[in-house]
Amino acid sequence: MEPLNALVSVSNFMLVPALAYGSQLALGALGITLIFSILRFAHFAHGDTMAIGTAAVIGGTVFLQARGVSIDPLPTALLAVPFGILVLAAYLLATDRLVYRYYRRVKAKPMIFVMASLGVMFVTNGITRLFMGTGESRFEDGQRFIFTVREFREFTGLAEGLALRTSQALTIIVALIAMVVLFWFLNRTRAGKSMRAYSDNEDLALLSGINPERVVTITWVITAILLVLAGTLYGLDKGFRPFNYFQLLLPMFAAAILGGLGSPLGAIVGAYVVAFAEMGITFAWRRVLSYLAPEGMEPSTMMQLLPVDYKFAVTFAILVIVLLFRPTGIFKGKVI
Amino acid sequence: MAEPFLIGDAMTGGYGGADILHSCTIAVDKGEIAVIVGPNGAGKSTAMKAVFGMLKLREGQVRLAGEDITALSPQARVAKGMGFVPQTSNIFPSMSVEENLEMGAFIRADDISETMEQIYELFPILRDKRRQAAGELSGGQRQQVAVGRALMTKPTVLMLDEPTAGVSPIVMDELFDRIIEIARTGISILMVEQNARQALNIADKGYVLVQGENRYTDTGAALLADPDVRKSFLGG
Amino acid sequence: MSLTARDLGLFAGMFAVLAMVAMFQSPQLAVTILNMSLISAIMALGVNMQWGYAGLFNVGVMGFTAVGGLAVVLISQPPVPEAWAAGGLGILLGLMLGAATILAAVLVYKRMAPSKLRGLAIFAVLVVGWFVTSQVFAPAKQAVQAVNPASEGFLGGAGLPVILAWPVGAVFAAGVAWLVGKVSLGLRADYLAIATLGISEIVIAVLKHERWLARGVNNVTGIDRPVPRPVDLQPQPWVQSLADTLGWSLSQTASVVSGLGYAALFTLVLALLIWLAERALNSPWGRMMRAIRDNEVSARAMGKDVTRRHLMIFVLGSAVCGLAGAMMVSMDGQLTPGSYEPLRFTFLIWVMVIVGGSGNNWGSVLGAFVIWFLWVQVEPAGRWFMDLVTSGMSDTSDLRQHLLASAAYMRLLTMGVALLLMLRFAPRGLIPER
Repeated sequence: MEPLNALVSVSNFMLVPALAYGSQLALGALGITLIFSILRFAHFAHGDTMAIGTAAVIGGTVFLQARGVSIDPLPTALLAVPFGILVLAAYLLATDRLVYRYYRRVKAKPMIFVMASLGVMFVTNGITRLFMGTGESRFEDGQRFIFTVREFREFTGLAEGLALRTSQALTIIVALIAMVVLFWFLNRTRAGKSMRAYSDNEDLALLSGINPERVVTITWVITAILLVLAGTLYGLDKGFRPFNYFQLLLPMFAAAILGGLGSPLGAIVGAYVVAFAEMGITFAWRRVLSYLAPEGMEPSTMMQLLPVDYKFAVTFAILVIVLLFRPTGIFKGKVI
Repeated sequence: MAEPFLIGDAMTGGYGGADILHSCTIAVDKGEIAVIVGPNGAGKSTAMKAVFGMLKLREGQVRLAGEDITALSPQARVAKGMGFVPQTSNIFPSMSVEENLEMGAFIRADDISETMEQIYELFPILRDKRRQAAGELSGGQRQQVAVGRALMTKPTVLMLDEPTAGVSPIVMDELFDRIIEIARTGISILMVEQNARQALNIADKGYVLVQGENRYTDTGAALLADPDVRKSFLGG
Repeated sequence: MSLTARDLGLFAGMFAVLAMVAMFQSPQLAVTILNMSLISAIMALGVNMQWGYAGLFNVGVMGFTAVGGLAVVLISQPPVPEAWAAGGLGILLGLMLGAATILAAVLVYKRMAPSKLRGLAIFAVLVVGWFVTSQVFAPAKQAVQAVNPASEGFLGGAGLPVILAWPVGAVFAAGVAWLVGKVSLGLRADYLAIATLGISEIVIAVLKHERWLARGVNNVTGIDRPVPRPVDLQPQPWVQSLADTLGWSLSQTASVVSGLGYAALFTLVLALLIWLAERALNSPWGRMMRAIRDNEVSARAMGKDVTRRHLMIFVLGSAVCGLAGAMMVSMDGQLTPGSYEPLRFTFLIWVMVIVGGSGNNWGSVLGAFVIWFLWVQVEPAGRWFMDLVTSGMSDTSDLRQHLLASAAYMRLLTMGVALLLMLRFAPRGLIPER
């Protein structure tokens, strides 16, 4: 029985990666939930929007790298994030003006918005691939590890090691800061409160003199910030491929629905639940359990509940359970 | 007779289809309480909405302090000093009481703390609950939030669409007391009420509407005393 | 609801374009486009039943077509006796144990009063069930996959005539749709969208990774065809004389003839489906469906069980998609799970329905032809366009190379723009609902 080794092993292979993944999902799910509560539709172009924002960051990174700009040990991409946000905010506002605003004006049904967001998804996907192709782009530079497995082992003398990648630590810190700032914005500033008011009661918000177009604009800009951060952090962590970003749509939606659509806090909690469930169920527990099991009782199989290829199935199962038992989500969303 | 402070003069119109209002006139003077009563479907709420600009008039005018505001949007009327409390969905349920009041004052750029203090004095219970989400309050307290929100713009006219719908008689009495208090500060009150007898009791002026037309118009006391009105609209 | 002269004109125009493809590009290409258009038309018909009749938003078309495709393998491939001997029973037993576990969990849920204990009991049932199932299933799966992995490694099918697989594919898709619909219908419309998106990803994941089932990413090829293959047609004297008459090469003639055979079969199925769909739409049932779509609240108030009606139409529409999926696999003669992409198999079908005119069956058919034609032709057109734009640059220019290479993605862009433009300026589509 070596619980300490078990703890280190599970942290290295599951807890830390899941925490990072959950933080990336949370930023994305926050965007979904915000769009849902302000514009009142499920934004299907979310994953591809995240991809195009990240593509802009990659473009900026390459530009900076070519000029020898570096903030070693941190990745250069961080410097390009503001540029990515600018590009994505402009892109989102342009799609809003060209596409969604018309449907808002004619008060179209939510499904029409969703359909339009499918069209936007196609276009966005096409543009991203025009620039980036379909292959994987890696843009991580700077110092890869804060500490490596070997350093950890030498330092602690344990048999198991724990590595902390720069991208993982960065993800967790940046996501935390972003969430705190977002909550501060929503709860403490006039603009943020007007967003919540608009989401609560559109007609009354109009009566109170809140300008809906302004609220919508702010929402898109916040979405741009969240998505560029999420996309960049995900890309630093796991590499950039347009299709993977599209596929993130499902876990992001699952997180937002699980937490309760329209509830920002719910989106965050939902994202971590989804991330830990995905990682935990597709994780091979053998090594960890062999430290915990009594002598001679070590497991012989991988102790993996599902192969990694089925991580979508886990997300989906969570979604189904929520829909069956609590369609409003953990933190009572405003719909249904 | 001098022009009243707010008047919807000979209003005719409806929601696109057939006219609901037929040359209907509603007016209220400074510091007065005017009450619109009538049977179901008489166009009471419609008349109020017409005054507030939520319905397009085919004929007639709305004038505030002598100025023609017929063409203005509801939002623009709020800026001109009109406050409106809708019958339902009149609060921001997930926001705290204080935030509800803040949102009421959204168009104001000056310091709102004094107005908020006045509202807390008018409705002391709201001060105790100011950090609580408005959606979690009781029906009567929510109506207080709704009225408070509308007062945050420091309006000269406050319009209430059935403020006592769905609250208990005790709460209703208390709400009416508060409304009288508000009127005493010089704010004109225009309200639609289902509880005609109690409402006419506190009204300076009463309008009995039937099928979108003015049937009886008099002081509240006179209408209460009128045997015809009593028989037809007040249940004897 | 018949076709107007204008609608017929649109169809005639479409076929004229196809004829031009046959004349100026190649007859094979025209037949390929025609066949895929017919299959897409059937898929679009299924989606139109769900969206056009009932307002249900299914973004899992890919999953339903893939399930239909699986049916072809399971029905028409010859069984692999060695594999069955190695682990067939184990796999069957494992599947049954898995089903029994879920059933037991459902029973516990239904029988026990809501409490923490119930949650724990369900959890225990699932965990124990999972371990027992995997003990049986995993070794059997390994054994099956080890049987001659280069060409087999799966259980094979029933060895029945391939045409039987088409209705079976529809039934498979209907089964999956029933499960999804049971969970997500009756909730907000967006939820069905997300649930179907999820299930389609899972179906593809299962197809890719469960190699004992249909060889996963190793693909099943050489599936029986309901129409003679071009290779078998070539020696036929009448094909040879036809080739002489047309002045085409023998192989080209044979492949066109074979393709036209498929086209005839597909047209038959499509015609039957349209006839049924039109009858249904104009029956009291169809009128009720549309009444529900247009005003769900009042339909509910009139005592209609809206959720049940929705489930029914959702299952029917998905079955049609499954049928189309089975037809597609038997035309290709292979099941390649890696080639199922949501943009191509789900969202493209949606573009077809919206462009064609949602709520109108003929519209969906026309939309399928137009959009599939564009899908095929935009890529060469894009390359030509990029070539033109960059003709001033030198051949070794990186930008020129990059732009030429990216021309393939022009089609996504074009489809998105087409969808957005139609939705905005002609939301009722090419052939509007009547």
